[in-house]
Amino acid sequence: MLWNFKKKQYPDYWKTYLHHFEKKEKKKLNTSRFVSLDTETTGFDFYIDRMLSIGAVSIIENRITVADAFEIYLEQSHFNPETVHIHGILQHGFKKKISEEEAIQQFLIYIEDAVLIAHHAAFDIKMINQALNRMGLPNLKNKVIDTMDLYANTRIKSNFIDNRIRYSLDDIAEAYAINLEDRHTASGDALIAAFIFLKTTTILKKSKTFKLEDYFLKSNRF
Amino acid sequence: MKNTIAERISDFIKNFPPFDQLSKGDLYAITKEVTITYLEKDKNVYVEGEVPHDRFYMIHKGAIALKKVINSKQETIDRLDEGDIFGLRPLFAKENYATDAVTEEESILYSIPLATFKPLISQNKDIVDFLIESFASNTENPFSKELHGTLIDHRLDLVANDKELFELQPVRYTKKVITAKGETKIKDIGQLMKRHRIGSIIIENDHVPVGIVTDADLRNKVITGEHTIEDSASQIMSTPVLCYPKSVSISQAQLTMMKHHVSHLCVTEDGTPNSKIIGVISQQDITVMRGSNPTVLMKAIKRSKSTKELKHIRKRIMVLLEGFMEQNIPLTQTSKIIFELNDATVKRIIERCIQKMDRQPPVSFAWMSFGSQGRKEQLLHTDQDNGIVFESVKENELEAVRDYFMLLAKKINKRLNAIGFDFCPADIMAKNPKWCLGLDEWKQQFNQWTSNTGNDEILLSSIFFDFDITYGDANLTNHLSEHIFEITKNNHLFLSKLAASALRSASPLGFFRQFLVEQDGAYKDFFDIKKRAIMPISDAGRLFALSNHIKNINNTAERFERMAELFPEDKEFYLSCSYTSKALLKFRTKQGLLHNDDGRFIELSALTKEEKMKLKRCFKTIAKVQELIKLKYNVNNFM
Repeated sequence: MLWNFKKKQYPDYWKTYLHHFEKKEKKKLNTSRFVSLDTETTGFDFYIDRMLSIGAVSIIENRITVADAFEIYLEQSHFNPETVHIHGILQHGFKKKISEEEAIQQFLIYIEDAVLIAHHAAFDIKMINQALNRMGLPNLKNKVIDTMDLYANTRIKSNFIDNRIRYSLDDIAEAYAINLEDRHTASGDALIAAFIFLKTTTILKKSKTFKLEDYFLKSNRF
Repeated sequence: MKNTIAERISDFIKNFPPFDQLSKGDLYAITKEVTITYLEKDKNVYVEGEVPHDRFYMIHKGAIALKKVINSKQETIDRLDEGDIFGLRPLFAKENYATDAVTEEESILYSIPLATFKPLISQNKDIVDFLIESFASNTENPFSKELHGTLIDHRLDLVANDKELFELQPVRYTKKVITAKGETKIKDIGQLMKRHRIGSIIIENDHVPVGIVTDADLRNKVITGEHTIEDSASQIMSTPVLCYPKSVSISQAQLTMMKHHVSHLCVTEDGTPNSKIIGVISQQDITVMRGSNPTVLMKAIKRSKSTKELKHIRKRIMVLLEGFMEQNIPLTQTSKIIFELNDATVKRIIERCIQKMDRQPPVSFAWMSFGSQGRKEQLLHTDQDNGIVFESVKENELEAVRDYFMLLAKKINKRLNAIGFDFCPADIMAKNPKWCLGLDEWKQQFNQWTSNTGNDEILLSSIFFDFDITYGDANLTNHLSEHIFEITKNNHLFLSKLAASALRSASPLGFFRQFLVEQDGAYKDFFDIKKRAIMPISDAGRLFALSNHIKNINNTAERFERMAELFPEDKEFYLSCSYTSKALLKFRTKQGLLHNDDGRFIELSALTKEEKMKLKRCFKTIAKVQELIKLKYNVNNFM
C-alpha cells in the first residue's frame, strides 16, 4: 500500500509515534529510555535484502527489564539461502511470522522516542528506514548511538593501535568477557550491545567532558 | 511474544538450586520478570539497615561481598559468586538487610521479584526444604551464608578473618568424586590417581561406598610386595569408609580424621555407608580452607583443575598479600613469594591450555612476560603484558606454526583475564600476531627498535626490554637477551635516546613542592604514582642495566643493588634508589589493597602527613637520579 506524501494522510500509528517526540525530552544516561536493537537480514543490500527479525531490549536507569524485550520475525518475500547459516531463520520455519508493515507498526509502538543503540547502528537503522520508505513513511526520528563509537572511545589513544580499526561485536564481547551463546539471533545480539552500552558509558561518563549528544549519529548516515 | 532472553536466563538459573527443582514453565514464568543490572566494582546492591527491596538477587557474572560492621570495623563475612543467591532471607523474615552487599568486581545481576517466586514455593516441597535448610544453617551463624548455590565445586574461597565462625561452618567438600569398582586392578587405580592428581580413590558399588584406596595403602600393601599391581582394588582397600552427612562441620571432620588416623572422609546422602556418595573431604581440603599460607596455596595451584578454582586461589593470594603488608614483612620477601605464586598460576594456566590444544606445540617456545611482571614487581592485579617466542622455522612453515601459537595464546590470554589479569589496553598480548613471533623475528624487531629509534620505539623498548620467561624453553629467551646486549653494546645513540625518555616525566613535585595531580578524567586531582614515580625509577634502572651490561636482572631494586656493587664509590646513592623503588611499590600495593584496584591513582587527601613525607623523600631520589642521567648520557640533543 502506498501513501501519498502529504502529512495528514500518514497512518494513525505514525502520528502516535511522532507524538512521543513532542515532549522534547533532553536525553540523559540516568533517566532516559534506551532501546538496544539488532536486526537479522537476508543480506547487506539495502534495496534487495529484507529484515528477517528484529530483537530489542530496553534500558532505563541502567537496568534491563526482561519483560520489556521485543522480538519479532518477519515473513520473507525475499529469500537468500546464502545467509541462512548465519541467522538460522528458514523461509518457512515454524516461528510465528508477521508482515513487514505489522512489524514496523509494533516496532514504532515499542521504541517511542527512546534513544536507539546498536552495534554498527547505521546498518540496522538504514534497513528499518528502507522498510518505512517502502510503506511511504519517512525515516525514524530517534537519536541513534553506535556502540562501536562508544567502545572505540574507551580504548587508550596509542600509536600501537590502528585507530581506523572497526571492532566487531565479537571483538568487544571477547574483550569484555561477555558470553557469546546467542550470537546471530537478533535478541541475543541486542542484549550483547546493551551490555556493551552499559559498560562503556560507565567508563566514559567519568570524564568531565563526556556528553551523550556527542555520540548521536548524524542522520545522513542512514 | 517469544522472549529468547528469558529462555537464556532460564538456561542459566536452572543449573542452580533451588531453581533446579522447577519445571520449564515455572522457570520461564520467573525469568520473564527478571531485571538485569550491570554494576561496576565497589557498588552497593543494598546497605545494612535498608528496607528490603521487593526482589532478591542472583549473580550471573562477577562476585559479591557481604559486609557488616563488627566491633566498629567493616568485615567481609561472606563472598558469593556466579549462581549464588542473596538478599532472599530478609524478604521472608520481613527484616531490614543485615549486611551490605557490595560488588567485588564488575557484576551482572539478575533480580527476581519475590511476588513471582513466592507462589511457586507452596507448590514445591523440594524448594521449601532447600529454603528451610539454608535459613536454618543461618540461625547458627546468622551473619554468614545468605544462601549458597551448592553447585560450586571445590570452593576454596573462605573468608580469612572470621576464625571463630570458621570451626562450625560446614565443610565444603569436593563434589567431583573419582571412584572405581572393587574389581579394578591396582595399577589402574594408580593411573587414575596420577591422572587426577589425587591421593585417594573411593571404591563404590552401585553408588554406595564400599571402601577406599589411598596413597598409604599403595605404600603399605603393594610396594612392600604383599600384593602385585595386577591384583584388584578390593584386596587392599580400607573398609568400611568413614561416612558423614554433608552438614558435618569443619572441626568435626578434622577431629574424626585425627581420631581414626585417616586423611579422607566420604560424604553420603544420609551420612551412613549405605547411601549414595555425594562427595569426599580430604585433609588437604581442610588445610586449604583453614589457612592462607604460601605452601598450601602453591599446592592448590598445582592441583587446580579449572580456571574458576584458580580465580578463587588468586583471591586468597591477595588475602595473603594483605597479611604480609599488615605485618610489614620486608617487600623483597613479599615480592618474591607473591611472584612465585602468580608465576605458578600462570604456568598452570599455560599447562592446562596446552592440554586443551589438539596437539603438542610443533616447535619449542617460551611464554614471556613483559613490563612489571617481567620485572617481578607485580603484586596487585594489573594488566597482562605478554608474548610468545618460538623456535625459528622455515619460511613456508612459519604461518602454520604461528597459527598454532596464536590459538594457544588466545586461550591463555582469555583465562588470565578470567582470573583477574585484565587484557592489555594496548594489545601487548601473545594473541596479537605482532607479539607472537619466531626467535629471528624477535631479533629483527629489536634491531629495528634500537637502530631506527623514534618515540614509539623507545616506548615499546621500555616495555619489551624487561622480559622474563614464564614458561617454556629458556634457551630461546637467553638467545634473545644475548642478542639485545650485542646490539645495544656500543649503540650510544640508542642509549642516549633511552636516557632522554627516562626523563620524560619530570620530577613529580611541582614548582611549589606540590604533588602534580591529574587534570581530567576519572582520576582528576589524584596522583598517578605509576606514571610520575614508578616509571621514572624503573626507566632509570633499565637504562643503567643496559649500559652497564647487567644481564638477567630485571627487577628495578636488584638492578640498583648491582649498580652499587659495580660502583662502590656511589654505593649509597644506588642503594637509596633501590630503596625508593621498593618503597614506591609498597606504597602502590597498599593503596591497591585499600581500594581493591591496581593502586595506580592515589587520593592525596587520604594520606597521612608521614606518608606524604615518605613519598616526597622518594621523589628527591628520583630527581637526583634524573640529574645523574642528564650528566652521564648526552641527552640534550634529544630533549
